Amino acid sequence: MKRDLSIETKSLRRLFKGIPGKGDVVALDQVDLEVHDDEIFGLLGPNGAGKTTLIKILCTLLLPTEGQALIKGMDVVKRASQIRRIINLVSGGETPGYGILSVKENLWFFSQLYGLPRDFAKDRISKLVDQLELQDYLNTRMSKLSTGYKQRLNLARGFVNDPAVLFLDEPTLGLDVLSARHLRTLVKDWIRTGGKTVLLTTHYMAEADQMCDRVGIINRGKVLACDTPQRLKTKVTGGATWKIEITPSLSELESVKSIPGVIGLSTTDNIETGVTTLKLVLEEESIMSDLLSKIRENGSKVLNLGKSEPTLEDVYISLVGTGME
Amino acid sequence: MMLPKATPREELLTNLRAAYARMWVRLRGSNREVTGLVAEIGLPILTIGAYVILYRAIGLPPTAGAAVIIGGAMIAFWTNVLWNMSSQWFWERESGNLEMYLVAPVSRMSVLLGMAMGGSVNTSIRALGIVLLGIFVFQVPFQLADPLSVGLVFVLTLVALYTMGMLFASIFMLYGREAWNTASLLQEPVYFLSGAYFPRIYAPVVPFALQAAGSLIPMTIGLDAIRRLAINGEGVAAVWPHILALIACTLILFPLARRALNYMESLGKKEGRLTLRWQ
Repeated sequence: MKRDLSIETKSLRRLFKGIPGKGDVVALDQVDLEVHDDEIFGLLGPNGAGKTTLIKILCTLLLPTEGQALIKGMDVVKRASQIRRIINLVSGGETPGYGILSVKENLWFFSQLYGLPRDFAKDRISKLVDQLELQDYLNTRMSKLSTGYKQRLNLARGFVNDPAVLFLDEPTLGLDVLSARHLRTLVKDWIRTGGKTVLLTTHYMAEADQMCDRVGIINRGKVLACDTPQRLKTKVTGGATWKIEITPSLSELESVKSIPGVIGLSTTDNIETGVTTLKLVLEEESIMSDLLSKIRENGSKVLNLGKSEPTLEDVYISLVGTGME
Repeated sequence: MMLPKATPREELLTNLRAAYARMWVRLRGSNREVTGLVAEIGLPILTIGAYVILYRAIGLPPTAGAAVIIGGAMIAFWTNVLWNMSSQWFWERESGNLEMYLVAPVSRMSVLLGMAMGGSVNTSIRALGIVLLGIFVFQVPFQLADPLSVGLVFVLTLVALYTMGMLFASIFMLYGREAWNTASLLQEPVYFLSGAYFPRIYAPVVPFALQAAGSLIPMTIGLDAIRRLAINGEGVAAVWPHILALIACTLILFPLARRALNYMESLGKKEGRLTLRWQ
């Protein structure tokens, strides 16, 4: 059965003119995207890829330069006020609200921006406070909350109008592991209530893999791939994915990247052990010998080497060329 | 799939709730901390008191003190308009709240209305403090022949003044840090031009051009009218031109504020400046 579209963009383009030091910047370039009802759609991309620009256009905060963006079939430029009734936005690392007001007061304030009647708002806030485990902080001033609890409050604010489409812009940024997990569970439970859609941007591959029904990978304003995480893994990483542990770190990373047949490479340094982990996506296994020679030429010693199951990170590396870091 | 549009009644209710909520935030926020209250009410009284003592010391008639008391009470509203309305969008943007206002289905004017209502109630408390100081501590003479007219002029002045605040807020919407400087630039000159701190006896020595420039600000008009009514004991007949001028100010400034707000919002969305921080 074909599901209705919640979000749709057609040849969407956004140009920022006269950015100091950069000139004109194309933040989005001919973006075509379709997100359905009851779907959690993830948008992955490095900083400056265009993720936030896309979200801002969809949230009616920014005008597109060309093309069209629709929420539930309504044009974001022509029907902005109608769209605003059914959407909400939560940005990680942001703490909108008033520090001098308590959690309860802040939530009440934001509920009024959506015109919720007093008793209805009270019930909604009470439920959200329970779901986000904010009961003990109900009368605490926002300025006195920890980062994690501020983010919980921010998320509760995002749910306050029970939006049909929720935009989550890196919602787990700065959260501890437990809070992040709690938040993910909450969003997944919420989407199961039906008729909801989430567009999520994140830097955390595991988060996207775990939460999203489909994922779009965006870089330099272009959507490079878009599918379920599983299909992306099989489609994009047709080659081989390898994990190599070396020490010390590579002195000339570019010399390894430039070996013909290396599709993508990401590195993670463990400062304590001095071990660097290379994640590689290769066209074929035969180039491994060239690769190992190059590592040795760099003065590094291979500690461990093994083939790995493709992950969303490998997909990302093979499409973007580098890791998120 | 198109969703039904909100009815005009639903839209009105949403906007009224938003305005009330924003007013409530201002009232609650300003009055929660004792230091804020002392700074808001106690400190201005010292400045005004100094003027009253000075005028008394140089032998001016007691009505000069009364004029300063009224001037000090009214100037509080101008300060509130500048710092808590005009440059408010700048702070709202820095804290991430502007983004939330823009994503919500409410008119920006209702948010500004809420700020105006909250600000005027708060500042009225400060103004009342100043007037009470004048009456009970300095015993300045007031001569109220027509209290209703004083009330009418006061309300009309506030409406016109806060409508001007809405216009400034709209213009300041895309401002970065310059909002701070612009507010400062508008503060002291208006204190001077409006004659808030000196009695009218000296008005003739102020050049006509400066007096005319001062009259463009609703507060100057309202201040003059209230002084006539509350110090000289004149009746409403003496302040008709003032009343008409204040009504005209509101009628001109309100649509201007609305247009400016829409224009600046649309410009901000086009240029991507509405959600930029720490410019």
